[in-house]
Amino acid sequence: MLHDMKLEDIVGDQYKEVTLDLYGGFTRKIIYTEIETPYPDGKLIVSTTDKQGIITHVNQSFVYMSGFEEEELLGAPHSILRHPDMPPAAFADLWNTVNAGNKWQGFVKNLRKDGGYYWVKATVIPNVRDGEVVGYTSVRRKPSLTKVDECIKLYPTLF
Amino acid sequence: MSYQFTVSPDFTPAQLSGWYIFNTWLQNQTDNAIHLEMYNDFHSQRKAIEEDRVDLIYANPFDATMLVRDKGFRPLVKPAAMSDEVIIAVSATNLVEDVEYLEAGIKLAVTDAPDVQMMGMIMLESGDLDSSNVELITCDANILVAKQILREEAEVGIFLASAYDELSSMIKDELRILVRSQISVIHHSLMIGPNLLDQREKIHDILLNMSHDEKGQGVLESLGFQQWETVSEDEMEFMIDLMDTLMM
Repeated sequence: MLHDMKLEDIVGDQYKEVTLDLYGGFTRKIIYTEIETPYPDGKLIVSTTDKQGIITHVNQSFVYMSGFEEEELLGAPHSILRHPDMPPAAFADLWNTVNAGNKWQGFVKNLRKDGGYYWVKATVIPNVRDGEVVGYTSVRRKPSLTKVDECIKLYPTLF
Repeated sequence: MSYQFTVSPDFTPAQLSGWYIFNTWLQNQTDNAIHLEMYNDFHSQRKAIEEDRVDLIYANPFDATMLVRDKGFRPLVKPAAMSDEVIIAVSATNLVEDVEYLEAGIKLAVTDAPDVQMMGMIMLESGDLDSSNVELITCDANILVAKQILREEAEVGIFLASAYDELSSMIKDELRILVRSQISVIHHSLMIGPNLLDQREKIHDILLNMSHDEKGQGVLESLGFQQWETVSEDEMEFMIDLMDTLMM
């Protein structure tokens, strides 16, 4: 279950509100700020989900960068990280790619619990057991600033 | 019947005698004839695996997918509380403070350990560096990676972190760390092949109890760690998924 964001969780007094339509046919009220959390050197953010995109495993870097507690993340849809600046076309491409059994890679602006954001270079693969997709593994690494700058210009044109 | 045991060729010189001691100990404990074959490089070791000559292996994480998926190996144990991490280092006199400021065309020294190369290149991606715009200098050992930097034949070195930490303080004083990875979930594992699978539980238990025995403790010390811990099937599957994700 994904709850609307709460004002008391937001850091900073300059924020915007928007309602997003998310995968699975539900909506979520998003409160977001322009505060960036830099990606820490040397770390990888790792998570796994089931076939429906429900989080089944997160590592400590995921917990730290998302601003959530591990208990809040496990069982939640991965779209808990969905930032309103990310064009839906990017996620459509992700799902089409991994559902076809292929790896997807792209640059993603993720939403934190406190309304802030962080950029990542994400790779997602389907986990295949005995020929069947049982879930997905996603690994995020520090992105290059050049690529992030390109995405900042490109993504608004994809809505 | 005699079995073959082999060790990922990225072992440090200090561990070489340790693995021979371990093999003798393991033969005594299991009543098996086990021949330890130390390959000089990953290519020769992979050829032996391909030809089904390996029954027990202390495997590099890079080879885990092939061992499990193609060759029917199963995980046994790994050194407790240890993981494979990498260090990106430059000369202490180098003015670059961050990977982001390294420039395309740099000379990069690294060993042929595939997991170290992969993780190191990932750490360099944030500086827009990849295999297409760096000049790789492959070295036989981490100490030679350091020497390449000290002789100014390479600007940057990728090291297995544990090997970097074992360098002499005199060498480390001449180097500066730009990034130390903290990935935590990539590790070498002792894995058992199809010919030995019927002894998997017995060997697993012997290894787990090794640290409780005075002789066993001494053998572990010669390998550079305190005890083994179990690698479950789920953990191994997770690491394989992670490695598959990173190999692109």
